[in-house]
Amino acid sequence: MNGFLTSIGYSSWVLDAIMIIPLVGALIVMAGPSGLAKKIALWAALVEFVVSLGLWWSFDPGTPLMQFEVYHQWIPAWGIAYHLGIDGISLFMVLLTTFTMPLAVLGSWNYIKDRQAPFYALLLVLTTGMLGVFVALDMFVFYVFWEIMLIPMYFIIGVWGGTKRLYAALKFFVYTFLGSLLMLVAILVMYYVVGRETGEYSFSYGHLLENTQYVGEWAFWLFGAFFLAFAIKVPMFPFHTWLPDAHVEAPTPGSVILAGILLKMGTYGFLRFAVPFFPQVALDPTIVTVVVILAVVGIIYGALVAMVQPDFKKLVAYSSVSHLGFVVLGIWALTLQSIQGAIVIMINHGISTGALFFLAGMMYERRHTREIADFGGIARVVPAFAAILTLVALSSIGLPGTNGFIGEFLVLIGSFREYPVATAIATTGVIFAAMYLLVALQRILFGKVDKPENEKMPDLSVRELFVLGPLVACIVWIGLYPAPILRRVEVSAQALVTQIRDQVPGETQVELPGQRPLGELGVDE
Amino acid sequence: MPSSVSLVWLAVLLPLLGFLANGWLSFFRPNAKRAVGVIGVGVLAAAFVVSLAAVLGLAGAAHDAPFIVHIWSWMPVGELQVDLAFQVDQLSAVMLMVVTGVGALIHLFSVGYMRDDASYPRYFAYLNLFVFFMLMLVLGASFPVLFIGWEGVGLCSYLLIGFWFTDEAKATAGKKAFIMNRIGDFGLLMAMFMIFRATGSLDFLEVFEGAPSTFITNGAEITLITMFLFLGCVGKSAQIPLYTWLPDAMAGPTPVSALIHAATMVTAGVYLVARTNVLFAMAPVSSAVVALVGAVTALFAATIALKQWDIKKVLAYSTVSQLGYMFVGVGVGAYTAGIFHLGTHAFFKALLFLGSGSVIHVMHHAYHHTHSGEDPQDMRNMGGLAKAMPWTAAVMWLATLAIAGVPGFSGFFSKDQILAAAFVRGHDAFLFYVVWALGAVAALLTAFYMTRLMLYTFHGPGRTGPEETKHLHEAPWIMTAPLVVLAVGSVFGGMFNLPHVLPGAGWLEHWLEPTTEGSLAFLPEVHLSAALEWTLIGVATVIAAAGILGAWFLLKPDRLTAAKAAPAETGVQRVLLNKYYVDELYNAVVVRPVNWLSTRVLWRIVDVNVIDNAGVNGAGNVSKLFGWVATRFQTGNLSTYVVLFVIGVLFVLSTVVG
Repeated sequence: MNGFLTSIGYSSWVLDAIMIIPLVGALIVMAGPSGLAKKIALWAALVEFVVSLGLWWSFDPGTPLMQFEVYHQWIPAWGIAYHLGIDGISLFMVLLTTFTMPLAVLGSWNYIKDRQAPFYALLLVLTTGMLGVFVALDMFVFYVFWEIMLIPMYFIIGVWGGTKRLYAALKFFVYTFLGSLLMLVAILVMYYVVGRETGEYSFSYGHLLENTQYVGEWAFWLFGAFFLAFAIKVPMFPFHTWLPDAHVEAPTPGSVILAGILLKMGTYGFLRFAVPFFPQVALDPTIVTVVVILAVVGIIYGALVAMVQPDFKKLVAYSSVSHLGFVVLGIWALTLQSIQGAIVIMINHGISTGALFFLAGMMYERRHTREIADFGGIARVVPAFAAILTLVALSSIGLPGTNGFIGEFLVLIGSFREYPVATAIATTGVIFAAMYLLVALQRILFGKVDKPENEKMPDLSVRELFVLGPLVACIVWIGLYPAPILRRVEVSAQALVTQIRDQVPGETQVELPGQRPLGELGVDE
Repeated sequence: MPSSVSLVWLAVLLPLLGFLANGWLSFFRPNAKRAVGVIGVGVLAAAFVVSLAAVLGLAGAAHDAPFIVHIWSWMPVGELQVDLAFQVDQLSAVMLMVVTGVGALIHLFSVGYMRDDASYPRYFAYLNLFVFFMLMLVLGASFPVLFIGWEGVGLCSYLLIGFWFTDEAKATAGKKAFIMNRIGDFGLLMAMFMIFRATGSLDFLEVFEGAPSTFITNGAEITLITMFLFLGCVGKSAQIPLYTWLPDAMAGPTPVSALIHAATMVTAGVYLVARTNVLFAMAPVSSAVVALVGAVTALFAATIALKQWDIKKVLAYSTVSQLGYMFVGVGVGAYTAGIFHLGTHAFFKALLFLGSGSVIHVMHHAYHHTHSGEDPQDMRNMGGLAKAMPWTAAVMWLATLAIAGVPGFSGFFSKDQILAAAFVRGHDAFLFYVVWALGAVAALLTAFYMTRLMLYTFHGPGRTGPEETKHLHEAPWIMTAPLVVLAVGSVFGGMFNLPHVLPGAGWLEHWLEPTTEGSLAFLPEVHLSAALEWTLIGVATVIAAAGILGAWFLLKPDRLTAAKAAPAETGVQRVLLNKYYVDELYNAVVVRPVNWLSTRVLWRIVDVNVIDNAGVNGAGNVSKLFGWVATRFQTGNLSTYVVLFVIGVLFVLSTVVG
């Protein structure tokens, strides 16, 4: 495979290709007849996925450096360049995106009935926007993509969503936008300060990363701005309340993309920007205490609130708060295992929560309700649906042998070395996860079919099996043989850990409050 | 490595293939019952043969060291290197034989028992999957691989308890089992994290080899690790306080109760303590806790079993009680005795469950003929069944004598060795005399409630109903044949480890030595004199006789009335019948408060009121604000936003950069 990819010069054009293909697809969708929109979009998304799949083989797992780099001057006067690249941290975010999009298109097939052409065009534009966020190596370009991707999502929720769609879309937008505005300020300050000190005004990620020490006393505030932007996106407790509304109102593909990919941008942002840019602040004992507590609270809180949701989509939305809490914990523990685990959870959450939202959509399409209480006993009526829902739920619970276990286990075992008490509390999340999902499974699938409307529910169609099949395959594959993924992430993750730890003097062994006074805020110098 | 040992992965793979095949059939050929049965039983029989070959290969090997069979690298992350690997040693060999041997018999029994069930393929798919996970559990060469099996068997238990999921109560019982097990699994996870932090490995061989130099004997760390491990065992093996799921688990088909909830899965906790014997031996406090919890559970569950009317509930509490004995064994450092009792218990308890399954099967059909809604599991509706079912009655009597501890039968030897081991430790610490005493009283009750079960079920006048009685008959051979095989084991299983005062003693002890010798250095040296051993044997004999004869003479089966006419219980009887109201207690103390907290406080107050309405928008009401802004946007004037956006960016640029 590698030989073939080399012979076609794959690594020199792949990033340009995957950024352009969706845009070209979007243009064709808009230009073509509306009836063909979904077919064109599906083909575009499939081509995109196949092209990106070469990354799996041609990615060199032996180096932490950026690969497949693309560099075009854009606004040289301001030090802005269209600079993209992939390393072990972003590789699977890219693949997750390109993998999810064909499924999202296929999952929209019957759900989206009106204004199909703009819908599918927006999905494709969104693809480029999301990929751009994950591969941008220039802060300006990163910010542009970060904002670009907001707009299609806003419309997807606001136009094709449920009854309270405008409220939800706006809430989503305002929350995210508030955060990103702060981040924009932070980027500009960094650009300015670093430029002033080094004499080179550039938005280049590498340049800023190498010279972060010059931000000096700004570091705390800059970190705060980045942190807020990403924390809202994750979303971390207590910035999460936009999520249940957005999820519930969004159409199925919107929820899938939101949960599967958009939320990862928050944690990706932590890994790529917030923590490496400002390691002294990020690993300051007080900050660590706050972040770790928020992460752990999110894990437990999300699970408890998920448990009592009457709406299945809301349940899944709150479960995301819980899952992403593990990711944040893993990132801040900053050990090789916990970082790898965090990345695996990011992948898993895209797969398993994506699948749960697809399943929720399939329930909705059949019965036009999301209320758990409106179902009951349907395992007898729709056995294939029941089998897949059970498997996906088990993966979300983190049953060993499924993907969910690998991520949670690595995060927890890695975090335990740094924060034993917090990790112990986080580990109780495995109990609560079983509670909310099994309660939901029982109320949806088991018992007697006591609503006549449910007697005639059709089981999964072939198209739906094509949507769920790849996700189920990934659940089992990553659960049993995650080594190929772990190997591709390892060197980059290790480099990240080393690079950050090297900049923080002394060992950052952090205890929970009570053992250490909540003293000075983490402003350096 | 002998090739028969290196092929052990085949024993694991075969049940998995059976699961896949039967799972496929359940969707596409649900009526192909013959094929399902052949596959379901066939893969188990084949797995048994492969396992037997592996065990023989191990026995014939030149050295005692364990064999590690690598499959592939599972979680390689820096210093954490977890392979999907199997460990074939003397301990896993015993478990292999129990799981595949008893498992194959129970699969065979199921062919008859489940014959009329509409979901026959799904049943065998789950049962095969269970065996797959159980083999992962006993063969795993590291904690995480064991954990795959550990949680996997819990999953299958969940699926099989709720097998008849259209019955809400059964689905609820499955869920309860899973969640209670998860509480235990939390402990196992914590133990793994601590072990990895201390030793940098999770492979059994490395951890156990490094333990003596890593941990301080009786130190806080090793004590905490073993307590967490034991929490896992408490959940999986249904000990106090996490035992309430097991009696509810009887909602599953009876062969499932025999296989999962008696012979194999629930004994996984005992296996885990025996597997990690080096760690427990280094933590005497934890070991004492294990023994004490085991002894208290043994007695507590036995008292409940005294008063249950549901034949399966009696056996369920009996299982909880017997598991308690096994924990006494591994808790006092008598690892062989614990595993020995695990083995003999697998024979006689599987036999008792399957026998009760035959009874229920026949009772069910009898009531089915007359369309009577009576409970086919209530012993008050039975009586005199020995006439119709002589084979079943005979083999169940053999199992009863075994569990009651009548000399010569298997249970006598294994239980006696556990109690003797506890008694000799009493010399060092008085606590162990208490443990012994609890176990001895529980033994008396065991003999009593088992005799009660047999009397009420098979003897005295029939209470089934005149019309129904005509339909009572012996179960088909495919169900009685496995019973006969198990009966042989129940009677003669004791030969594997005779007490020291008899010739040919201690074969199992010798066999398990390579897996337990690492703990010898940390255990107090105990000496059991021949005189004391004979005395304890005598005491045990008297206890068994007292229990059986007491029940025989005190109970009056001819005075029982059928369930529907039975008077309400009062006083202590009622407390026992209601299992000390522990389920009600857990509901009031844990379940309801958590639900209340989540709904009333976290969701309605914290999320909606504090964060959304107060936090985000100060004094105002954010929903109204968003609603208002949303109506502005509904005019379609989106460009307003875009303009605002651009102005904002320009403003920021000009102030900060300028």
